[in-house]
Amino acid sequence: MSTDYKRTHHAGRGIPVVGNDIDTDRIIPARFLKEVTFETMGEHAFEDARKQNPEHPFNSPAHKGASVLVVGQNFGCGSSREHAPQALMRWGISAIVGGSFGEIFFGNCVMLGIPCMVVSQDDLEWLQKAIARNPHETVTVHVEKQEVRFGDRVIEAAMPDGPRNQLVGGTWDSTAVLLEAGGAIEATAKKLPYVTGF
Amino acid sequence: MARTLLDKVWEAHTVRTLPSGQTQLLIGLHLIHEVTTPQAFQMLKELGLKVRMPERTFATLDHIIPTTDQTRPYADPLAEEMAVHMIRNAKDFGVPLFDMSTGKQGIVHVIGPELGLSQPAMTIACGDSHTSTHGAVGAIAFGIGTTQVRDVLATQCLAMAKPKLRQVRVEGTLAKGVYAKDVILSIINQLGVKGGVGYAYEYAGSVIERMTMEERLTVCNMSIEGGARCGYVNPDQTTIDYLRGRPHAPVGAAFDRASGWWKSMATEPGAEFDHVARLDGSVIEPVVTWGINPGMSVGVSQRIPAPESAPEADRSTFREALAHMAFEAGQPIKGAKIDVAFVGSCTNGRLSDLRAAAEVAKKGKVAKHVRALIVPGSQQVAKAAEAEGLHEIFQAAGFQWRKAGCSMCLGMNPDQLVGREMSASSSNRNFIGRQGSPTGRTLLMSPAMVAAAAITGAVADVREILR
Repeated sequence: MSTDYKRTHHAGRGIPVVGNDIDTDRIIPARFLKEVTFETMGEHAFEDARKQNPEHPFNSPAHKGASVLVVGQNFGCGSSREHAPQALMRWGISAIVGGSFGEIFFGNCVMLGIPCMVVSQDDLEWLQKAIARNPHETVTVHVEKQEVRFGDRVIEAAMPDGPRNQLVGGTWDSTAVLLEAGGAIEATAKKLPYVTGF
Repeated sequence: MARTLLDKVWEAHTVRTLPSGQTQLLIGLHLIHEVTTPQAFQMLKELGLKVRMPERTFATLDHIIPTTDQTRPYADPLAEEMAVHMIRNAKDFGVPLFDMSTGKQGIVHVIGPELGLSQPAMTIACGDSHTSTHGAVGAIAFGIGTTQVRDVLATQCLAMAKPKLRQVRVEGTLAKGVYAKDVILSIINQLGVKGGVGYAYEYAGSVIERMTMEERLTVCNMSIEGGARCGYVNPDQTTIDYLRGRPHAPVGAAFDRASGWWKSMATEPGAEFDHVARLDGSVIEPVVTWGINPGMSVGVSQRIPAPESAPEADRSTFREALAHMAFEAGQPIKGAKIDVAFVGSCTNGRLSDLRAAAEVAKKGKVAKHVRALIVPGSQQVAKAAEAEGLHEIFQAAGFQWRKAGCSMCLGMNPDQLVGREMSASSSNRNFIGRQGSPTGRTLLMSPAMVAAAAITGAVADVREILR
């Protein structure tokens, strides 16, 4: 696998979105999913929230060009729509740091090469405030070392072994990896009673 | 050592352990629909790959289709384009499609079990988070994103880590007027909307064991609302009786062999779980959500809680919920005025749901200010309901009788809330903007409670109407 695929770390400016349980309908409402490609998704990231709240960080000129999203608990819960991480990615997000993540959203992010790192509630609150105060400072998300750096501070950040190995090893684009199993796929299927008609 | 259904299904479907440490898991049934697949098929074309097991892949149209006039082309050109892509991709890649002409079209999570496609001890994946529904028949079923849909199409496999397992035991006896929906909303309220992250839920206990298959489908459907990507009920006689005679179920001696295998895959007595949660079903009353996630709910006789009653970290979400809903802490939920009533969705769009709503609809007329929709979960549900005259009961009471689809659960078709409308809904999500209006409001409840709210014009206690 090419080194281009390795996601060992990412450095960029931060953008905090405060609040828990921000669901994928909030990230991208269903009425914007009526597209047969993901190309336009970036324009609609948090669209309703941005219209209702001029102060939304995704409206703020100070955070334009940011690539590290810092969120609360259970971010990306709800619908499995990959349109949500696609919208964030196409808006410019390359890494996410938060308290916890909706599981399908987390998996979708991995499939796009976007690490979602888990930090403690105290650390995420500190980081969100620090970024708001200092939006031009770089946030470094180190997937391999499982840490996030902001200024002098180093924050412990966790990611389960499986997805971390995929990102660091550059095997997150998984079709090729799964295809390597070859005939073992059909062999596994043929051992299942429901495949062979009982 | 005694093993769980999850252990046995996981082992039987493991192709190999990947270098990342994850399992390469074989997917026994792949269900697809028009919204989350066009990009996956495009990626497949770009990679020059075929669908690996088209005979284990089935497609339907559900999310975007209109529930009134279904003449093609659809009035909405974007919806028409999505339908065209699904139809073309199914044809080009040799995947069977249950479109309107088959009489078997419907919401993917309604038709899977209904057609007998979803069976015990299968692994089932679909690009939709409510795939957990199929766990009701004893399958390990979970939602995936579009790039994972590409993986399943191309390889019939996913790279996954085995989840932890929590048994959720509901004991006791449900009171009259209390339904499966109230049970799952109570579970989510108790365990939290992120309580299930990293877990699969095994639903057990006397309340679950006595449930019909359709009730179990409602419970498993909303596992994801509690953070659990999959939830299941062990296969038992109810499962076997439900599957017998369904179009894609085995027949004759094969069915008997299948039944034996299904039962053998159930969790064994004495198996250990990572966690066990217990609920007393006898104390559950009809539940109504008051907030902006499915965990924010109260019994219909209760008052909306104050933010101070929540843990510190959740209080800002609490305040945001009260502001969005225009509710005051301490206000009774009963009597909250509604504008729209919706019975349908993969949670509560089956025949028994329509029967429960019809029983209440017989008791009155839809309030003048309320727009009320009944949307069957599938063409077959619609046909069965019409055969027993349910549509006439609804229409006589002032409900609109629609065609099958996802409809106002997520408002991807013309069935949407307008402005600040308040909806009493039998669906699964009360997220801000969920039902099509960015400022619309949703109260989740059982189909009978939706019908009660429709004829009262406000949140009502269905037990008083059925008395």
